[in-house]
Amino acid sequence: MNENESFQIEMSRRTVIETGTTALLLTGLPQAALAAGAVDADPPPPSTTVELQINGHPHSLTLDPRTTLLDALREHLALTGSKKGCDHGQCGACTVLIQGRRINSCLTLAVMHDGQSITTIEGLADSENLHPMQAAFVEHDGFQCGYCTSGQICSAVGMLAESRNGMPSYVTEDLTQPAAELTDVEIRERMSGNICRCAAYPNIVAAIKQAAGMPT
Amino acid sequence: MKAFIYQRADTTAHAAAAAIKPGAKIIAGGTNLLDLMKLQVETPSALVDINRLPLDKIEETPDGGLRVGALVRNSDLAADPRVRQRYGVLSRALLAGASAQLRNKATTGGNLLQRTRCYYFYDVTKPCNKRNPGSGCAALAGFNRIHAILGTSDQCIATHPSDMAVAMRALDAKVETVNGGGEARVIPIAEFHRLPGKTPDIETSLKSGEIITAVTLPPPPPGVHVYRKVRDRASYAFALVSVAAIVDSTRGRIRSARLALGGLAQKPWRAPQAEEKLADAAANTASFTAAANAVLEGARGFGGNDFKIPLTRRTLHSVLAETTRT
Repeated sequence: MNENESFQIEMSRRTVIETGTTALLLTGLPQAALAAGAVDADPPPPSTTVELQINGHPHSLTLDPRTTLLDALREHLALTGSKKGCDHGQCGACTVLIQGRRINSCLTLAVMHDGQSITTIEGLADSENLHPMQAAFVEHDGFQCGYCTSGQICSAVGMLAESRNGMPSYVTEDLTQPAAELTDVEIRERMSGNICRCAAYPNIVAAIKQAAGMPT
Repeated sequence: MKAFIYQRADTTAHAAAAAIKPGAKIIAGGTNLLDLMKLQVETPSALVDINRLPLDKIEETPDGGLRVGALVRNSDLAADPRVRQRYGVLSRALLAGASAQLRNKATTGGNLLQRTRCYYFYDVTKPCNKRNPGSGCAALAGFNRIHAILGTSDQCIATHPSDMAVAMRALDAKVETVNGGGEARVIPIAEFHRLPGKTPDIETSLKSGEIITAVTLPPPPPGVHVYRKVRDRASYAFALVSVAAIVDSTRGRIRSARLALGGLAQKPWRAPQAEEKLADAAANTASFTAAANAVLEGARGFGGNDFKIPLTRRTLHSVLAETTRT
C-alpha cells in the first residue's frame, strides 16, 4: 500500500467531498462552470454578494448570479445534505425551508434570497439530538438508499407546519373547514413533490405520522 | 445557463422600465423560468427580480370580488379563507397543480405566464416555431400525446399547462398590468392568452415591458364549483384534460353553467356555446351530450392525442352529473 492509498482510506466520503469543495473555493476557477450547467463560452457575469442566514449562522457569499440556492449550499458552503437529483424541480431531493416554508432549492437563485433565513437538513437537529422527524425516519426505516431522505425530511417538517396552519390539499374533502385531518391519503398527496425511487413510501408515511404525534 | 445581469426592482415602475430593455426578463417565483434557462430554452441577458415589490396582498374589492396581487404565492391563494369559501373552483385548481414546494414559490402572475411543457419546445435540438419561429413543429408528426385538440394551427399544437388559469377563465378574471410609462391597463382573461395561429411565439397580449400587477376576480357566480383534473398519475402531473365548472341547478334543472377546460388548447378554453346548451336545460344525458358536442366542435387529434376527444366527452359528462346531483 502506498502513502496515497492509506491517506484515502482514512478519509470518510464526507471529508473527501468537503475537502474537494474547499479546494475548489480556494482556486475559484470552476465556479462559473458549476453555476452555468451547460457549457457557456461567454465570460462570467459580474459577481454579486449575498447575505444568507443558514441554520442560524450568517454567511456572506460572493457568487456568480447564476448560482442556484442548492449549488450555493453544496458547492460554496459544503452543506451537502441537500441533494441534487433532477435539478429541475421534479424530484424534491433538494427541498429546504426558507423562512419555514418548503421549496425546491434547485429552482431558485441564491441571490434572490439575500437576507433570508434558510434551514437545511443540517440545521434540524438540536446538537446531538435528532429532530423528531429525523428520529421517526430512523425508527420506521423511512428510506433505503437514502438519497431522497434529506429532502423528504425537510419537506415533511414543512408539510406539518402547513397542515397546522390549515393549508388544504387537493384531496381535502371540504375546503370550507378550517383544517383537514392528516389522513394517510392527505399525507401522501401533500408529500407528492418528493419522489423515492426505492419506494419507501409506506414507511415514510408512518414516520411522518409518528412525528406528528398520530398513531402509526 | 447563459450569463445575465441580475437586478432587484425597488418599485413597479423601476421593474417595468428595466423589463422593456431587449433581452430582459422579469423573475418572480422562477420555478418555470429557471428550469427553461438551465436548458437554454430561455436565454435572458438581464433578470429583473420583482420579489420585493408590495404585490403580495389579497384584498376585497368594492363590488364583492377579490383583487389578488401578482406576487401572491399559489399556496397562499389556495389557502385564503375567502377563496376557499367563495371561489372553490380556484382553490381546487391551484391545489391540483404542481407540488407543495412549487406552489409555495410560484406566483399568481407567473402561473399565467408559464410556458408549455411540449417536449419539443423543451428540446433545443428540435424544431419548434414557438421557441425558434420558422423552424417548424416537431410535434405535428411526433409524439403528441399531451398536445392540443382545439384552437391549433399548422404552426403549433402546444397546450397551456396552467390549472389556475382555467379556473380564472371560468370566473371571468381580469388581469391588471402596468407599463414602463406607468400606464395601467386591465385585460379580460379571455383576451390574455392567444391561440398560436401564425405566431406561436407570441403567447399573451402583454406588450414589451408590461408587468402583471394583480388579477381581479368578480363576485362569484352562484352554483356548485368543481375542478376535475384527469392526468397520468394521481398527483403532481399536468392535465391531459381538466374541467373547471360552476353549475347552478336545482331539482334536475340547470339554471346556468360555466365551463372552462384545460389541457386542450394553447389557452384556457371557455365554451360559451356549451354553456348556452345547458342554460335552463334538464340535467340529463341528452343535454350533457349536447354540451360536450358544442365544446368539441372543430376538435382535431394528431394521432397520439386522439384519445383526448372521447376523454373530454366523458370528463364533461362526469362533472356535469356531479354538479347537478342535488
